[in-house]
Formats: sequence, C-alpha cells, structure tokens
Amino acid sequence: MEAFTTHTGRVVPLRRSNVDTDQIIPAHWLKKVTRDGFEDGLFEAWRKDEAFVLNQPERRGATVLVAGPDFGTGSSREHAVWALQNYGFKAVISSRFADIFRGNSLKNGLLTVVLPQPVVDRLWELAETDPTAEVTVDLVARKVLAPGVEADFELDENARWRLLKGLDDISITLQNEDAVAAYEALRPSFKPRTQVA
Amino acid sequence: MGRTLAEKVWDDHVVRRAEGEPDLLYIDLHLLHEVTSPQAFDGLRKNGRQVRRTDLTIATEDHNTPTLDIDKPIADPVSRTQLETLRKNCADFGVRLHPLGDVEQGVVHVVGPQLGLTQPGTTVVCGDSHTSTHGAFGALAFGIGTSQVEHVLATQTLPLAPFRTMAVTVNGELPADVTAKDLILAVIARIGTGGGQGYVLEYRGEAIEKLSMEARMTICNMSIEAGARAGMIAPDETTFAYLQGRPHAPEGPEWDAAVEYWRTLRTDDDAVFDHEVVIEAAELAPFVTWGTNPGQGAPLSAAVPEPATFDDPSERYAAEKALEYMGLSAGQPLRDIAVDTVFVGSCTNGRIEDLRSAAAVLEGRQVADGVRMLVVPGSVRVALQAVEEGLDQVFTAAGAEWRHAGCSMCLGMNPDQLAPGERSASTSNRNFEGRQGKGGRTHLVSPPVAAATAVLGHLASPADLSDVADHAVPAGV
Repeated sequence: MEAFTTHTGRVVPLRRSNVDTDQIIPAHWLKKVTRDGFEDGLFEAWRKDEAFVLNQPERRGATVLVAGPDFGTGSSREHAVWALQNYGFKAVISSRFADIFRGNSLKNGLLTVVLPQPVVDRLWELAETDPTAEVTVDLVARKVLAPGVEADFELDENARWRLLKGLDDISITLQNEDAVAAYEALRPSFKPRTQVA
Repeated sequence: MGRTLAEKVWDDHVVRRAEGEPDLLYIDLHLLHEVTSPQAFDGLRKNGRQVRRTDLTIATEDHNTPTLDIDKPIADPVSRTQLETLRKNCADFGVRLHPLGDVEQGVVHVVGPQLGLTQPGTTVVCGDSHTSTHGAFGALAFGIGTSQVEHVLATQTLPLAPFRTMAVTVNGELPADVTAKDLILAVIARIGTGGGQGYVLEYRGEAIEKLSMEARMTICNMSIEAGARAGMIAPDETTFAYLQGRPHAPEGPEWDAAVEYWRTLRTDDDAVFDHEVVIEAAELAPFVTWGTNPGQGAPLSAAVPEPATFDDPSERYAAEKALEYMGLSAGQPLRDIAVDTVFVGSCTNGRIEDLRSAAAVLEGRQVADGVRMLVVPGSVRVALQAVEEGLDQVFTAAGAEWRHAGCSMCLGMNPDQLAPGERSASTSNRNFEGRQGKGGRTHLVSPPVAAATAVLGHLASPADLSDVADHAVPAGV
C-alpha cells in the first residue's frame, strides 16, 4: 500500500448524501478482474449529466472529494475505492462513512476523513466560491487546512500508523502466526469444515 | 457485568489482543464468489502465499451468472473471463467450488445455510455486504472488501476495530399480513441508512423468536442497509431444528457438544446494550420503499411523502432527488404506482418460503398485461424443492418467468436488468439509482406484495386482491 502523510489539492464539492457504492462504480464494471482501469466508471451515471460537478472544467485535476453524510453505503465492493483512486482522488471528506467502505479505503491508502457537517459545509462553500482553493489533509498533524478552515480529525492510532508507513496488513498478521496456530489447536472439533482432510 | 451475544462470539474468536491494536479475530467460514475474489487471489500469487485453510473456505458462482441458457457458453466475454478466473483460482489453490450447473450452486448466502455450514457462534465473512444474512444463526457475520478477502485467505484471521451493540426489540406478534421483509424495511426507515453505523444489531423479542430461520435470514440480511456492521439473532430450538441433519451439521456426540455450546450464546440478563430500539409488532403493516435508498420507505397504505416535511436538510434534499429520479410526486398514494417489472428472488427473499408465499398469491391468478415477472430461486436446491412442490408450474401458469438460480436482477450485473425508465417491485435489498439497470426505478417489497403487485400492475398487497378473485390471503412468512 502507498503511504499517506500529507496531501494538498483542489476540491470536488459533491453535495449529495447517501452516495452508495453503486453510484461510485456501477455493477457492470465489477466484471473486471484487475484493480485498475475503473476511472471511467466512477460516478458513471451522474457523469452523463454535463452539469455534474465532476464534469466542470475547473474541477479537472482536483484530488480531494468532499461529500455529504453516509458516503460509501451499500455493497462491499472495493472497486469503489479503486475507482476513486484510479480517477486521481487521494482523500475523501464526509461527516459519516459506511463502515466497509471506510475499511476498504484505509487498506488502499485512500484517506477518508470524518469532519462535522458544518466544516463540510464550509469546504463546499469555499470550493464553490473559489475553485482554485486548495485544501491540505495532513495525517501527521491530523488536521484539515484550507483558507479560513482549520479542523482536527480523529483516526484511530493503529490505522494512522499503518497509513503513514504504508504497511501491508497481511505481513503484520503473519508475524503473529504462532498465535494463530495456538488458537487453531484449541478450536472445538464440532466447528464446520468445507472439506474433509 | 454480563455480555451480549455479539460480545460472546467476538471474545471466543480473539487470536491476539494487544494494547492500541485492533483485536485479531479468527474466521470460521470464508465464502467466496467470482466478483470480489480475483484481485485477492492475484495478491496471494504475487506474494507467493497459499490459502491457509481450504477446509474453512468455499466458493460458488452467483453475481455474474446468467439465469437463462446456463448450459450454453456465457455470451459476454468479460463475464465469462470472470467465472473462468474463479474456476482457475479455486483449482490452483485447492478451494471447493460449486460452479454454474452444480446442484449446490446458488447465491452464496443461500448456499452456506442450506449446507449447514453457517452455525451458531461462528465468524463468517464474504466479500459481499449481505453476509450479515448468516447472523440469523447467532453467527457474527459481515461483509468485507477484497483486501480483507486476501487477508483471510492468507491468514484465516482479520484485524477488526471494536463495535458497539444495539438491541432491536420487536414486542408482540406480527399481524398475519406482515412479513419479515416488512419488519426490516420498517426498522431501516426508523433508524436510517446510517443509524446502525459501527453497531452490531441484535434482533430480539417475541416477534423475532416466532420467526422461521428463513424469515430471520431476511431480517439479518438487510442489517447492512441500516449501515450496521452485522445483525444477529440468538440461536434457539428453531435454529437447532433447522440445522440438524444438514450436510455439514455436526453429528452424534459432536452435535451434543455443539448444542451445549450454542445454548450459551444468549445475551446475559445483566448485559447492557449501547443503544436500544423498541418496535411494537402490532403497529406494522406491509411496507414498501418510494425512494432511492432502503431507508426511504413507508407503509403501503401511505402516500409519497412531501420532501419539505423532512427536518434534516440533507434528508430533505435526498428526498427531492429521489422523487425526481423515481418520477414520483409528493402526495401520490403508493398504491397508485404502476410497475412494469416484478422480481422475486435474491439473498433477501429467494428462499423456499419466499417462493411459496409468492406462489400462494399467484395461484389461479394472472400476471397483469404489460408486466414482466421474473422468479429467480436463490439456489439450485431451492429450485428443485420448488419444482417438487409444483411452484414453478404456478409461476409459469400465471405468466411469470421461472429462471435458474443466481443474484440476477438484484444487482443487474448479468443480463437480467431494467431498461431506462422501467419500474420494478422487487423483493431484493437495494433501491439505489440504477441498481437494477441504468435508469431503472426500484420499489423494495415483500414476496406477497410482489405477487399481488404483479397481478394488479400497481403496488398492492394480497388483501387488495379480494375483489379480483375469491382467494385466501396467505399468512405472513
């Protein structure tokens, strides 16, 4: 996973709540067996509308998505995270994320930042008034900074450490293989098996 | 202090606990399908890793499979490649697979329980958000992303952030015309699509205890639509009776040992939930959605709401957007909404009891002109049972299409889709924009409501059919 320390970029203000993962990447894109090539599927249905925020020329190259509450609800498809990253987003800010989406994002180095709705409102106003305004998402200091905005955010220390270092979860777990083997030795024999050894 | 059911199952699976780190949990059962696994197997190959416990892993094909002409090569080359990739991955890594055409194939959340693999007190994961279904057995079951699929394949464990607990207590008895689907839609409308965020829900109370296992699966299935981490129901005699004799259920002394353990899986009397919601079963009625998220629902007897009546500005805006997308106006009675498509199936409502309740409404009646009705059994086993009971004949005689098992129109990944502007009454779980096909409009309903809607051509419950033909109204499932 790519490490995340701090990022500065322009904002895409997405004034929608309950942006579900079917909107982020529709199901027909899920037939692909790779982790890349999803950028054209990102918000595919909404992008058919010329007025959609992602189609505005001044949003080209923006890297921070600021969305309404309950972003990433619905399906567990990690393709939603890959689509956002393939398109160029580095961070998503919302007042509330769906759990599975949030977990997926942090495992891929896409920083999802929870900020109170009033701060989200200010970032929306800022980006709409001045599309060139930049926002900095600083994971080291756990702060979001923009003209007239300085907001602290929470992220559990372990997740933050893994992101800062770009650590791969599986390698960390494999260091505890003894503990896994010890647990397995004590599992009750009535537990189900899909194959008989 | 006592512990809740969820806390007991969690504690029994902690492999490693360390200050400042998420608990490392052991996973008893890992279910795989073709859509969310290919990139995970790629990761294993890239790092030279194996599947740690093939005996705790099982795969089937469901999301992307056709429901017609399943004996012919799959027409779409991209879909075909995805299925071939799963077959190769399972062969290379020694994972048991039930492919299209196999008697055990079906929607992954229907297959696990019917094989008896889903058991009380187990941890169950799958790269699919509706894994919450398995919580009906008192399992801690949740959907995961592809990175986590790879993690479980390689280690049979997952590092997991702590959760909060919420009791959803349903007092009293459900009215005869109210199904598990109506109940869970009402719960989601009450707590909202984000209301369960961070929580494991435990459904309890008299109304829940009286539900069949299949109805309990319908309830737990949609926990994710309330944003919950998982949903659970304490195992009881109904659970044990469902499991006994299934292919992977324990036998003999193992069965006795298992049941002894399973009986301990109840929330202690002195346990405290972080949050509690109480629902009176008697107040419930057939429930349908009018909007574009599963929380935007109302009793069938109600009207499309006026967005201005929502206090929360983002909910108000969401309601405005939803009505625009759905082509509805505030104040319109829900019963007046005409549909052109009816879908019965999915991991929510694709089991035998669901098909029985839809068939009971359709028997001796006809699907309305201009309405296409698809009936897609949740698994091959469900289909075989339905055929044995003659339900397929009831459906086809009524003018519905009887299809092969799979996820089908629930997510519109295979050719079973709505065309732009088409409107469905669907027994599935999500009414998101374009979920069932680009530009398609979805109303979530129970199986009896789906069948009654098919007959009348507009949203309706079996009770509305009394003047169409003299017919008994089936009891709620």
